[in-house]
Amino acid sequence: MNLDDFFVRALLAGIGIAIVAAPLGCFIVWRRMAYFGDAMAHSALVGVALGIAIGLSRPAGVVLAVGVLAVLFVMLERKTWISGDTGLGILAHSSLALGLVAVSLAGGGNVNYSAYLFGDILAVSREDLFQIYVFGAVLLAILLMVWRPLLSATVHQDLAQAEGVRVYRMRAILILLIALIIALAMQLVGVLLTTSLLIIPAATARRYARTPESMALLAVLIGVLSVVSGLYGSLWWDIPSGPSIVLAATGLFAFSLLPLPFFPSPD
Amino acid sequence: MNSPKKDVLLCARGVSLRRGSSVLLDSVDINVAAGEIVTIIGPNGAGKTSLLRVLLGLVKPTEGEVERRASVRIGYLPQQPRVDSLVPMSVSRFLSMGGSRSKDALVTASRECGVEVRLDASLRSLSGGEWQRVLLARALLTDPNLLILDEPTSNVDFAGQISFYGLLSELRDRRGCGILMVSHDLHMVMGSTDIVVCLDRHVCCSGSAEAIARHPEYARLFAPATASMLAIYPHHHPAGHEKEHT
Repeated sequence: MNLDDFFVRALLAGIGIAIVAAPLGCFIVWRRMAYFGDAMAHSALVGVALGIAIGLSRPAGVVLAVGVLAVLFVMLERKTWISGDTGLGILAHSSLALGLVAVSLAGGGNVNYSAYLFGDILAVSREDLFQIYVFGAVLLAILLMVWRPLLSATVHQDLAQAEGVRVYRMRAILILLIALIIALAMQLVGVLLTTSLLIIPAATARRYARTPESMALLAVLIGVLSVVSGLYGSLWWDIPSGPSIVLAATGLFAFSLLPLPFFPSPD
Repeated sequence: MNSPKKDVLLCARGVSLRRGSSVLLDSVDINVAAGEIVTIIGPNGAGKTSLLRVLLGLVKPTEGEVERRASVRIGYLPQQPRVDSLVPMSVSRFLSMGGSRSKDALVTASRECGVEVRLDASLRSLSGGEWQRVLLARALLTDPNLLILDEPTSNVDFAGQISFYGLLSELRDRRGCGILMVSHDLHMVMGSTDIVVCLDRHVCCSGSAEAIARHPEYARLFAPATASMLAIYPHHHPAGHEKEHT
């Protein structure tokens, strides 16, 4: 394996992120948080600007920005005259706007926006690759540690809470993990498309899964397949790599909607 | 009501709950003893679910206190319409999530609730009545001496409601556990409850179901609904006309 080849680095980065993103994506799908995840990804740009401005590392900056967004959302949720989806819509787009302005100010007007918005997986360096696998491993380890209580709180929050699961702590941990994966994945597909990498493989796997664990594993496979076929597609047709990965994932999802003989739809 | 012979499992005194300027509960007293079925009834917005959440310890009361006997093990049945979990999961897996239980305990509890044939089914394929029995089985798996149920039959047809309340009476007799539930239909629970507590943010009245049915406070709270249920009008009221009766 030749790490000097940018395409090999891109493949390895994509596979590493798909492995971690897919199980987290399952929780986003199960908890109906897709739009919240989107708002988080939009706000990640503010974190990048923070990184440029005050020298914070990108994961730290993104986790900080996403954390602020989550707190703002909880505060906005208490205003009963604004519905949750309206609140998220306002936060998602205002934080994206703020991020664009902040990145422009911090970068001195000489900024490659498209790398942030749509990703630049072909520019992944050895250091990026190292960061992806180290943070990815930590993230996966935390997820495995909280898997049982997190799943219990996801299936039925009240029941889990009555049985002693700390459901609010679980939600906070999940948000933190999603913030981290966004920080890692935005280099691949950019802030605008990051959520798709989380939710589309999970939604595709839902069709075939009978247990939560089999859904997570299958989502990993589908995510890896999307990354590999998307990257080769972008090479073959000379199209942008981030959108190409997302379209590959969408193609697999579309396939999962077809009725299959001997494989009845779940439920 | 407070005879010393009773083995009180749960006791709330002067419980008040406020959210901002609105009063959800106003100095509520309630007791549940072993082997006793207590039903909280009240109109929408009377604070029934809030009271349960306080009694369960999920919410701290603004004032007052809740005492649970040290040995009390609560089995909780949340309110119904939550069958829409998107997690792919079989009934038996769902039952085992409450704690590590043996396969035997799982089968026994599901048999007690009449859902043992559905153990391998997926959660989403359950009907309202089955889902409620699965929830009951999960509550039983913690071997509770106090069952707390929030509107257990709101998603179930008439025949299902009757058989469910019958099942609860059976469980009480067999296990000797206390049962506290919320309902908005006095007539449905009449045959199976020992004590009815009529709640409208404060306790309006409490006592046996028969006594409550004749109580003026109960009549005041439920009069419009009860009148339209019992009386047969030969003519149709135009829309909006009902307001004059309330």
